[in-house]
Amino acid sequence: MDGGISIHLAPLALFHIGTFPVTNTLVATFTVSILLVVFAYIAGRSLKLKPSKFQTVVELLVMFPYQFVRETLENDKVAERIFPLIMTVFLLVLFQNWFGLLPITEGIGFFIGGGHEIAPFAYSGATDLNFTLTLGIIAFFAIEFFGVTTLGALKYSRKFITFKSPMAFVIGFIELVSELARLISFSFRLFGNIFAGKVLILVVMLFVPYFVPVPLMAFETFVGFIQAAIFALLTLFFTKVAIEMHEEEHHSEEGESHHVAA
Amino acid sequence: MDLESAKAIGMALAVGLGVIGPGIGIGIIVGHALEAMGRNPEASGRVLVNMFIGIAFTEALAIFALVVGFIIKFT
Repeated sequence: MDGGISIHLAPLALFHIGTFPVTNTLVATFTVSILLVVFAYIAGRSLKLKPSKFQTVVELLVMFPYQFVRETLENDKVAERIFPLIMTVFLLVLFQNWFGLLPITEGIGFFIGGGHEIAPFAYSGATDLNFTLTLGIIAFFAIEFFGVTTLGALKYSRKFITFKSPMAFVIGFIELVSELARLISFSFRLFGNIFAGKVLILVVMLFVPYFVPVPLMAFETFVGFIQAAIFALLTLFFTKVAIEMHEEEHHSEEGESHHVAA
Repeated sequence: MDLESAKAIGMALAVGLGVIGPGIGIGIIVGHALEAMGRNPEASGRVLVNMFIGIAFTEALAIFALVVGFIIKFT
């Protein structure tokens, strides 16, 4: 396209290490990860029993979601183990999305294609399907892991493969398929939202520069938060579904009592 | 019709038709959520959270259409 907008589905590779392409989304992801690790180190370096103001704020920010996770799961053991994963995913996705909105990520780069385009050094990580798919796979395996360890492998598999009745068999099979379809919906939801936001701002910037993109940028900030929260919340809710037996079956008394005992 | 215009029409059709269903769905979700909040204002916090989750599920379908549209247009 001449003079129009350039949209790349695949992230631009900055350089190659061997055959491994180092893309600008990878740079952004590592930058955000390093910043988060540094922040975690500073926040956790000098913990005191009588907390300073900074420590109080950080503790509040961590304890509020922890309480929410515990109340939702109603299973303290699983909550204690899955909370770090959920919180890490939430923080990474959130700051990834917000980092991608900063002008330093898109404004600084070098010219490609004969000086018509700019390849930025860092670009919002969630516009790369590899990033979102990786997070989706991690969430998927975490959910299955907690389902298997909480209920036991036999009982957990009975959720999907049952021969009690033809109807139950069909429903179990559908659940199995929907379990796998989660991978697609997990990754495409995040990817699509952030990528569409980028394209939206780009298009608006082409037609009405300077003024109209401002409220849209504010909206994208909100979308970035919502999508990070949705990703974490869905992991939480699917875990809750995975660690529970179905209650509507007739002879699930022993499963129920086991669940209560656990 | 050359390939470029066919791609543009394809994207417009995919996205335009694809967002009809989610649009109706989000309308239903928000309408019922507001109704529930009006009937039961003290539960509005929980209704709001569940509403956003429902919206995210429904919106994902529209996003799928959008992603397919991008794939048609830009690959």
